[in-house]
Amino acid sequence: MFERKTFPGGIKPKSYKELTKNCPIEILPDPEYFIVHFHQLIPTGNPSVPLVKPGDRVKKGQKIGAGEGRIQAPVHSPISGVIKEIKEFLNPVLGKKSLASLIEKTEEDEGFLPLPENLSPLEKIKEAGIVGMGGAGFPTHIKLTPPKPVDTVIINGCECEPFLTGDFRVMVEYPEEVLTGARLIGEILKAERVIIAIEEDRKEAIEQIGKAIKDKTIELAVLPAKYPLGGEKQLIKAVLKREVPSGKIPYEVGVCVQNVQTTYAVYEAIYKNKPFYERVLTVSGDGVKRPKNLRVKIGTPVKEIINFCGGYSEGIKKVIFGGPLMGIAIPSLDIPILKTTTGVLIFKEAKEEEARACIRCGRCVAVCPMRLLPSLLYQRIKKNEFVKAKEEGLFDCIECGSCAYTCPAKIRLVESFKMAKAYAGN
Amino acid sequence: MPEIRLTVSFSPHLRHKVSVEYLMYSVVIALIPALIGSVYFFGIRALIIIILSVISSLFFEAVGQKLFGRRVSITDGSALITGLLLAFNLPPGVPYFIPVIGSAFAVIIAKQFFGGLGYNFINPALAARAFLVVSWPHLMTKSFLPPRFGTLSGIQALTQATPLTILKDTRVLEPEKYPKIVSLLSSSGVIKNLFFGQVGGCLGETSAFLLLVGGIFLLLTRVIDWRIPLSYLGTVLLISLFTPLSPLFHLFSGGLMLGAFFMATDYVTIPITSKGRVIFGIGCGILTMLIRLFGGYPEGVCYSILFMNILTPLIERWTHPRIYGH
Repeated sequence: MFERKTFPGGIKPKSYKELTKNCPIEILPDPEYFIVHFHQLIPTGNPSVPLVKPGDRVKKGQKIGAGEGRIQAPVHSPISGVIKEIKEFLNPVLGKKSLASLIEKTEEDEGFLPLPENLSPLEKIKEAGIVGMGGAGFPTHIKLTPPKPVDTVIINGCECEPFLTGDFRVMVEYPEEVLTGARLIGEILKAERVIIAIEEDRKEAIEQIGKAIKDKTIELAVLPAKYPLGGEKQLIKAVLKREVPSGKIPYEVGVCVQNVQTTYAVYEAIYKNKPFYERVLTVSGDGVKRPKNLRVKIGTPVKEIINFCGGYSEGIKKVIFGGPLMGIAIPSLDIPILKTTTGVLIFKEAKEEEARACIRCGRCVAVCPMRLLPSLLYQRIKKNEFVKAKEEGLFDCIECGSCAYTCPAKIRLVESFKMAKAYAGN
Repeated sequence: MPEIRLTVSFSPHLRHKVSVEYLMYSVVIALIPALIGSVYFFGIRALIIIILSVISSLFFEAVGQKLFGRRVSITDGSALITGLLLAFNLPPGVPYFIPVIGSAFAVIIAKQFFGGLGYNFINPALAARAFLVVSWPHLMTKSFLPPRFGTLSGIQALTQATPLTILKDTRVLEPEKYPKIVSLLSSSGVIKNLFFGQVGGCLGETSAFLLLVGGIFLLLTRVIDWRIPLSYLGTVLLISLFTPLSPLFHLFSGGLMLGAFFMATDYVTIPITSKGRVIFGIGCGILTMLIRLFGGYPEGVCYSILFMNILTPLIERWTHPRIYGH
């Protein structure tokens, strides 16, 4: 009865969510130009193929990149304007340059070009270019056509990274829409249960979603707040006590997990025929004057966002796409928002403490949500014992950062695991 | 906008404030009650031994690090702890060269020879104690002093030795007196003296109470893992239920409290897995009681921890947790 629904390990960092949790979603005014990447997926996905060329006029919502291959999703123009250039820009998720289109805004318009008519709900989701918006960026239509039946859908409202409140605000402000999206996903998958999972300290979201649930078709699961509860594997363990087998994805255990904003995008695609070209994200950190939750069009250069939030404080040192534990530090303020950008965090400090010898305190072992032995894995990698490291779970590491966050010797554990994975191959 | 240089680094971009120094100096703070107690019980001699031990530990740490071309890091607190623990493990009457030689062995041979902090496989202070016991057996076993307002044995009528030594000697030399000694040592007066420190013993181990204060501080601040003291003390308690002596006698006598809270918890030399730590504690408890009840030495804390230190890599290998999804 009083069993806590949780997962082993994990950390409880200071949340910093109070900076923005009471800030209603504001709409960012359109900047003059956008940089829309053709690759907006997980790094292993296929980039979309440009359908436009420089000089073409495009409408807001017009498909400008066509999906190709298996892991794919189309890309749409966030604005009505002119394609100025198609060339390579730095893509922070890929860590290298990739093809993008520079679009100049030429006209104001209220509406958008709707999705083609006569599409099934699933085709609409695919055609809208919806991908996992929690940060991973896996195409949603693939997740919704699993090779095995799925009995449970979990809508992930956990948003466990510090600072981020975008999903929280969407649940508070659009509970009906989120629930409608959740029901649609449940119907597409023919799932028996649809559960919306929220961390217990998100009182208003729990209240709003709870009020909006009018029948028994959707269950609300309120879970103890702990990082990385929003990790797919951890969430499934906490809610259903199931473990996704190593190297497999959740449908293997009959589960499909969808982020709250993805769910909202599904609602918009199916009910409003709206392509996916904008999202809600959190702008926060000690380097920005007025932290906010913003609705931002994909392709907006990050400096436009910072300007809208009152500009940055003197001497900013680090800007992160995503949360502080798994986010990506970006090298320039010209980089545009991607479909997977959950937040823009601006910090005045970027000092890294010097790493020391491991004192074997075992804190990394205690917090690893995958039950790995991070310090021993690190020793393996230092000795180039990649085969042993693989046997000991290197590729089970979800790179959540709990170990490195906790390490008193400040060892770059995640960095070492990422490098080793890249080196050892999958 | 002015030119901005952004730092690009791997995630995580957030780190917990706990550092190696934080952990080490927490242990130092936790040792302070017992330190004050030792000076109160044994006078200025105790203070001199502690200071000599600490200063020479820091000195030899620096020498060792220079010798092996490592960064000198004597402020990290680890050599300070080794110095304190070594002093706490010495009888108060030892000549002043003993802590100096002991520190040299602890820091240079047991620690720096194996790679310095994080790489030594046995607890340096305990290794030094074992080395001193073999090298100067007489000094290390006959230099006990009665504490202020107390006797060596904790009993008014008996003055010649510490409680565990009396127990051992009687069992071996005068078995006919053993039942009488057992009931004498189990008396509430002796237990009380053991608890508060009115008894002979090594510098820092006499007062179970003062060590518990420090130990509980370390548990509450989560500097040490509760599994070790719990499994160690629990095992001793369990086994002592089958002996004629009071379980409290076994818990409060000798170096058990010092060992269970401050030496069996030395991160570097114990398993990193939770299960491994429980096995480690149980192993220490069994060995301590085996030595106390059947061995040739009156006390077994030092050797039991050293023995389990050596088993640590093996225990770690046995206790790899099942990885999620495997």
